[in-house]
Amino acid sequence: MFLAKIYVTLKPAVNDPQGITVRGGLHNLGFTGVTEVRVGKYMEVRLDTTDEADAIRQADEMSRKLLSNPVIEDYRFDLTPA
Amino acid sequence: MKFGVVVFPGTWSDTDCFHAIDTVLHEPVEYIWHRQTDVQGFDCIVLPGGFSYGDYLRTGAIAKFAPVMTAVAEHARRGGLVIGICNGFQILCEAGLLPGALLRNQSLQFRCMWTNLRTENAGTPFTSSLSRGQVMRVPISHGDGNYYADDATLKDLEDSGRVVFRYCEADGAITPDANPNGSLHNIAGIMNERGNVLGMMPHPERCCEPLLGGDDGRLILESIVSGAGVAAGLK
Repeated sequence: MFLAKIYVTLKPAVNDPQGITVRGGLHNLGFTGVTEVRVGKYMEVRLDTTDEADAIRQADEMSRKLLSNPVIEDYRFDLTPA
Repeated sequence: MKFGVVVFPGTWSDTDCFHAIDTVLHEPVEYIWHRQTDVQGFDCIVLPGGFSYGDYLRTGAIAKFAPVMTAVAEHARRGGLVIGICNGFQILCEAGLLPGALLRNQSLQFRCMWTNLRTENAGTPFTSSLSRGQVMRVPISHGDGNYYADDATLKDLEDSGRVVFRYCEADGAITPDANPNGSLHNIAGIMNERGNVLGMMPHPERCCEPLLGGDDGRLILESIVSGAGVAAGLK
């Protein structure tokens, strides 16, 4: 078994109104040093395989095909035995 | 002109589309369930608005893998007409049948309001009853309608006349104030390269009768009916 921790983030060129609004909230809270916030998604996916190469291949393919939209988002993942 | 209105779990504008086609246009129309794998016999497929699969993950992300979407892509490949409205537009982008993506509205607010749309291209199967520059009043109702595409895609859309509708003022002026969601270039609707697949965020099916506050949407649906020959002539 492997646990894939998958992070999906907006591409740098894509405007993030949620991030801008959260930054404003942090400023209001006194965190005036916050210069930028980007909001993304985090997913935990458990994979029933003992083959690490297979787990990497699956995590990569699912991230590309469904979990992220390559037009607007990037993804990366960490894989740990679970 | 036979219409098929696709219904996903969470679709909410299917009955509005059905009503506009059936009761207002008097054209044949049937519902198509998302598990259906064949859409042969239909001339125009409508992907209506709503929240297919709860909008989970991203709008349209799960719907693009519904069995019916393979058939819709095949229908488009054969030159059949496809119109995606609101969530339907989002699904078409996710499925790669149209370029770009619909992001969260710039305001972060769900916007349910009337907009003015300027017709940018009247030479399409969806706009043949309109003239270039003609302004229509059509309502929007969405939280994720902020059209985005990279610079190269945007330039290609503009250069090839595939931006079909833009949000504008009542007099047709394209201004930031007229843009309800932050869409690049005030884009409200685009079509594919071949010209047989249209995606638009505003809801023409909700303004086909004066009783509903306006009937400009009827012009788009009537274009589809009268433009059937245009579609048949597509390469």
